[in-house]
Amino acid sequence: MSNVIGIGASPKRKEDQRFLTGRGNYVSDIKRPGMTAGVFVRSPHGHAVLRGIDKAAALASPGVIAVLAGEDTAADKLGSLPCGWGISDAKGVPMKEPPFPMLAQGKVRFVGDMVAFVIAETPEQANAGAELLKIDYEVLPSVVGVLEAVRPGAPQLFDDVPNNICCDWELGDKAAVETAFRKAAHVAKLSLVNNRLIGNPMEPRAAIAEYEPGTDRFTLWTTSQFPHVVRFLMGALVLNIPQHKLRVVAPDVGGGFGVKQFHYGEEAVITWAAKRVKRPVKWVASRSEGYVSDRHGRDHVTEAELALDENGKFLAFRVNTLANMGGYLSTFGPNIPTNLYGPLLGGVYTTPAIYCNVKVVFTNTVPVDAYRGAGRPEATFVLERIVDVAASEMGIDRVEIRRRNMIPKEAYPYQTPVLVQYDCGDPMGCLDGALVAADVKDFGVRKAASASKGKFRGLGYSTYVEACGLAPSRFAGRLGARGGLYESATVRVHPTGQVTVMIGTHNHGQGHETTFAQIVSDKLGVAFENVDIVFGDTDRVQFGMGTYGSRSLVVGGAALSKATDKVIAKGKKIASHLLEAAEVDIHFESGKFSVAGTDRMKTFEEIAGAAYVPHNYPLEVLEPGLEEQAYYDPVNFTYPGGCHIAEVEVDPETGTVTLVNYTAVDDVGTVINPMIVEGQLHGGIVQGVGQALFENAVYDEGSGQLLSGSLMDYCMPRADHLPMMKVATHSTLCTHTPMGVKGCGEVGTIGSPAAVINAVVDALSHLGVTHVDMPATPNRIWRLLQNASLPVAAE
Amino acid sequence: MKPFAYHQPDQIPDAAKLLTTIEDSKLVAGGMTLIPTLKQRLASPPALVDLSKLGSLKGITDDGATITIGAMTPHAVVAASKLVQTKIPGLAALASMIGDPAVRSRGTIGGSVANNDPAADYPAGVLGLGATVITSTREIAADKFFLGLFETALEPGEIITAIRFPVPLKAGYAKFKAPASRYALVGMFVAKFADAVRVAVTGAGPGVFRVPPMEAALSENFEPSAIAAIKIDNDGLTSDIHAEADYRAHLVTVMAKRAVDAALS
Ligand SMILES: Cc1cc2nc3c(=O)[nH]c(=O)nc-3n(C[C@H](O)[C@H](O)[C@H](O)COP(=O)(O)OP(=O)(O)OC[C@H]3O[C@@H](n4cnc5c(N)ncnc54)[C@H](O)[C@@H]3O)c2cc1C
Repeated sequence: MSNVIGIGASPKRKEDQRFLTGRGNYVSDIKRPGMTAGVFVRSPHGHAVLRGIDKAAALASPGVIAVLAGEDTAADKLGSLPCGWGISDAKGVPMKEPPFPMLAQGKVRFVGDMVAFVIAETPEQANAGAELLKIDYEVLPSVVGVLEAVRPGAPQLFDDVPNNICCDWELGDKAAVETAFRKAAHVAKLSLVNNRLIGNPMEPRAAIAEYEPGTDRFTLWTTSQFPHVVRFLMGALVLNIPQHKLRVVAPDVGGGFGVKQFHYGEEAVITWAAKRVKRPVKWVASRSEGYVSDRHGRDHVTEAELALDENGKFLAFRVNTLANMGGYLSTFGPNIPTNLYGPLLGGVYTTPAIYCNVKVVFTNTVPVDAYRGAGRPEATFVLERIVDVAASEMGIDRVEIRRRNMIPKEAYPYQTPVLVQYDCGDPMGCLDGALVAADVKDFGVRKAASASKGKFRGLGYSTYVEACGLAPSRFAGRLGARGGLYESATVRVHPTGQVTVMIGTHNHGQGHETTFAQIVSDKLGVAFENVDIVFGDTDRVQFGMGTYGSRSLVVGGAALSKATDKVIAKGKKIASHLLEAAEVDIHFESGKFSVAGTDRMKTFEEIAGAAYVPHNYPLEVLEPGLEEQAYYDPVNFTYPGGCHIAEVEVDPETGTVTLVNYTAVDDVGTVINPMIVEGQLHGGIVQGVGQALFENAVYDEGSGQLLSGSLMDYCMPRADHLPMMKVATHSTLCTHTPMGVKGCGEVGTIGSPAAVINAVVDALSHLGVTHVDMPATPNRIWRLLQNASLPVAAE
Repeated sequence: MKPFAYHQPDQIPDAAKLLTTIEDSKLVAGGMTLIPTLKQRLASPPALVDLSKLGSLKGITDDGATITIGAMTPHAVVAASKLVQTKIPGLAALASMIGDPAVRSRGTIGGSVANNDPAADYPAGVLGLGATVITSTREIAADKFFLGLFETALEPGEIITAIRFPVPLKAGYAKFKAPASRYALVGMFVAKFADAVRVAVTGAGPGVFRVPPMEAALSENFEPSAIAAIKIDNDGLTSDIHAEADYRAHLVTVMAKRAVDAALS
C-alpha cells in the first residue's frame, strides 16, 4: 500500500498545516449568534472577609446584562468544585476538604479568587460594569509560605483546618529507615526549596457557554486538556446537569502543561450563567488574569537525609516535605505532592528503605496543582541533589556513587520500597551513553578554558526515572483516586477504506494527530493521509480521561492499538466469508487479507467496502459495518528515565549562570515518531531549565500579593538562554504496553532541574558552596559568593 | 481599553494646542509604553495626539560636533544608523540593546526620554553624554531634565522634538539586563570628552544619576582599573524580587568597568 507511514518514521506533523497557517480553531476564535461577554471580578486581597457586594451601579452601567455573585450560586444550590483525589494520613484519617465555591462565599482566600461575574453586550462594557461593583472587604493578614502557614498563630484559612494542614501524609517504613540510619557510616543532609511555578501556556484560558431551551442542552467550549472529565465533574457534581444534556468541546488548545487539566470555577460559572441570561456568554482571560487564576505548580520546602555505608551504598532515605496547596484543593491538588512524589524517591537506585512525610498545607495563594512533571520533578530534584551532596562529603566521584547504587539492567522487574515496581530499564546504559555524548572526558580542558576567562565551569548529572502513563485504575483507586484512569478509542473505517479515529485524549500541541495516524497507518496498512484523529468533543468522542501525565500515547495509544486489532479481527471474519475460507486461514499483512498458502486475497479497501454492502452476509454470525472501540486500563505505570548532563559557566563578577551544553539520553521505550519525541524532550528540558535558572512565582508575605505578576517579572526561558541540546534515546521496551511505549512528555522537565543545579554547585564547589536553591539567579549566586568561604577571584 | 478620541496633527503647534485644550489628553509616539497602560485600564485619556505625522520629528542629522536625533526616530533606526555607529558607537549599541525587535521598530527616543522609566536605557545615554533635550518651546540640558521616577522637566503641553548629542572622544554602554523584562537592572554609560568624563547609571535607583567619584577617577585615567575599587552607596538604590540594593551597587562598579572596556574597544 502506498503512503503507509508507520512506527519509527518522522513525517511532518499533520496538525501543523492549520497551526502554522493561522487556520487553527481556538475558543477565542469561536463566535456564537447573540454572544455576550463576561468578565470575572477577582479579589485584590490575599485574605479577607467578604462583607457584601453592591451590584446597583454595575447593573445600571450601559450594556450590562447581569451581575452574578456567590449568593446567587448559593440560591441556586450549586455544588462546590470537586477534588478528584481523597488522600488520608497514616492513621487513615481523610484529608480536610473544605468547600471550594466557584464564586467566593463569606471569605476570599487568594488574590484572584473569584468574587463576581459581570455579563454585558461587549467586553468593554463588562469591564466598565465590573469597575463599578462595590465590594466590601474586611482585609485579614495573609500567609503565603508553607513554613509560615504551619507556625502557631499563623492566619487560619479555614475554621476547621487547624494549622492550615490539609493532610499529614506518609509513605514507607519509618522504623526500618530509623534502624538503617543508626547503622550508617555517613548521613548526608539537605534542606531545599522547590520553587513555585506558573505554567504559561501560549494561549490563555477561555470559555464560551450556550444553552438551547428547545433541547434543554448546554454546550461549553473550553480550553481544556480533558473535556469528558469537565463534563462529568461540572455536570454531575457542580451544576447538576445530566450528562446527556451537556456537551463539552475543547477545540484547538494552545498548550496546557497541566494548567488546563483541571475543572475550573470559570467553566461552571459561565455555563450556569448562559442559561440565566438565555444567551451565549464568552470569557477570555488576559495573561495577567491567568497569573492569578491558572493553577500554579511545585512549591515545596524539604528536609532530606540519606544514610550510606562506608562504601557509599545507600542504606535509607528520609524526606520531610511541606507542600503548598494554595487557598483551596484543585482537581488533582493533594495527589501531586504525595502519590506522584513519594513513590519516585527510590529513583534508579537500590535504596532498601525509604520514608517520606508530606504535610499538605493551605496558604493564601492560587491553588497549586499539576504542572508538567507534577511531583516527579520535585522527587527527582531532592534525590539527585542529595546524591551529589553525599558524594562530595564522602569524597566519592559523582558518577561512581551513582553506579554503585544503580539498579542493574538484569535486576528488572524491580520492586522499590515505595509501592512502585519498575518493569524494565537500563539506567547504566543511559549514563554510559550520556557520558560519551557529553564528552565528559574532555571537561577538564573546557573548565581550564573558562578559568582563563575568569569563569567557573561546572558539570551536573541527573540519572533519574519517572512514573507515567497515568494510570492503572486499580492502583490509583487504592491511593485515593475518585475515578478511573483508562482511555478509550474508536476506529471507524469508512466504506471507502479511509479511517476516522475518535480518541479520549486531547492534542494541544503534542502532535497526536500525527503519532496516532502513524499507528493506524502502520497497523492497518492504510495511507497516512487517509487517517484523521478526532478528539476534544464529548458529542463526537465516546469517552476519555484526557491528556496529562504523559498518558496519551501510553494509555490512549494502547486503546487505539487494541481497537485497531479488533478491526483486523472483524476484517478477517468478512474476508473469510468473501474468500470462502476458514477464519483461521486468513492472514492480514500490509493492508491485505489473504488465504494462507494461496494467492487469493482482498485489500483493506475491498473489505471496508464489503462491510457496508452485506448483500449475502451470514447475518447471524457477522454484523455489517467496520467500526470498533476499545478501552484500555494499564496494568502498571510506565517508567521512562535516563541521564541528563548539564554544563554551565558562572560569571563570578555578576553571578550570571550560562547553560553552555546540555545532553540527554533517555529511555522512552518504543519511539513512534523520532522528530516528535525529540521536540518533546527539547521542550521538556527547557521547562526544567526554566525552573532551575529563571522562573519563580513570588508572593508577598502578609498582603498575599503576587509580586511576579506578569512576564515583566516572571522570567520564562528564551531561545538565547539555551545552547543547542544533544538528545538521544536509549530504549528498553515497556513490557506491558501494547507497543512497548513509555511516554516522553514530561521526562525532560523531570530530569533537567537537578542536572542544571548540580552543575552550578559543581562550578562553585571550590568555594565551599554545597547547595543552590532554584532559580539560580544572578543575585542569588552573587550573594552565595559573597558569603562563600574563599575570596572570589577577580578578573 | 476605554474609548478615546484620536488626533493626528501635522504641525507641532497644532499638536501642542490639542494637548493643552483637551484636558488629560496624551501624546502617543511608538505606543510601546502607553498602549499597554491603556489596555490594562491603568490610564484612560479622553484623547490621544499621535505624533507620527510630524515629519520634522524624524531622522538623524550630522551637525559636526553634535548629532541631532528627531524625537520620533525609532530605536532600530538609531541602532542601524551609520552616522551614529561612526560618531557615537556607544549610543548605537545602547539602542540595539533596548527590548526586542518589535519594540525597537516602534518605540522612539522621544517617548523613552519623556517617559523616564527608571530602568530605561536612553536616559543613561542622554545624561551620560550631557545631551540637550529640544522641545516645542525650549532647550533643556540633560542634567536639568530627569527629575526622578517617571518625572521630567517637561511642562504640560510641551513636546520633545529632538535630542542633541555632543560627539565624545569615546563612549560606551554596558547593560545588565533584568532577567524577565530585559530592561536595565543596571545600565552604565560612560563618555570621555576633551575636558571631562561623564558616568551615568540607569536601573539602579529611582531615576538616572551620575557618579562623580568615577568621573573624577576616569578623568585621571580612562581605564577599567581606575574605577574597580569605587563602590557606590546602597542607600537609595532599588531593592526588588530580582535584585537587592547591595547587588545593584556591586553591579554599578562591574558594569562601569565593562562600559569603559566597550568605550576603549
Ligand atoms: C516588551 C518591551 C520591552 C522593552 N524593553 C525596553 C528596554 O529594554 N529598555 C528601554 O529603555 N525601554 C524598553 N521598552 C520601552 C520602549 O523603549 C518604549 O518604546 C519607550 O519607553 C517609549 O517609547 P514610545 O515611542 O513607545 O512611547 P509611547 O508609549 O508612545 O509614549 C510614552 C510616554 O511618553 C510620552 N511621549 C511620547 N513621545 C513624546 C514626545 N515626543 N514628547 C513628549 N512626550 C512624549 C507619551 O505621552 C507617553 O506618556 C520596552 C517596551 C516593551 C513593550
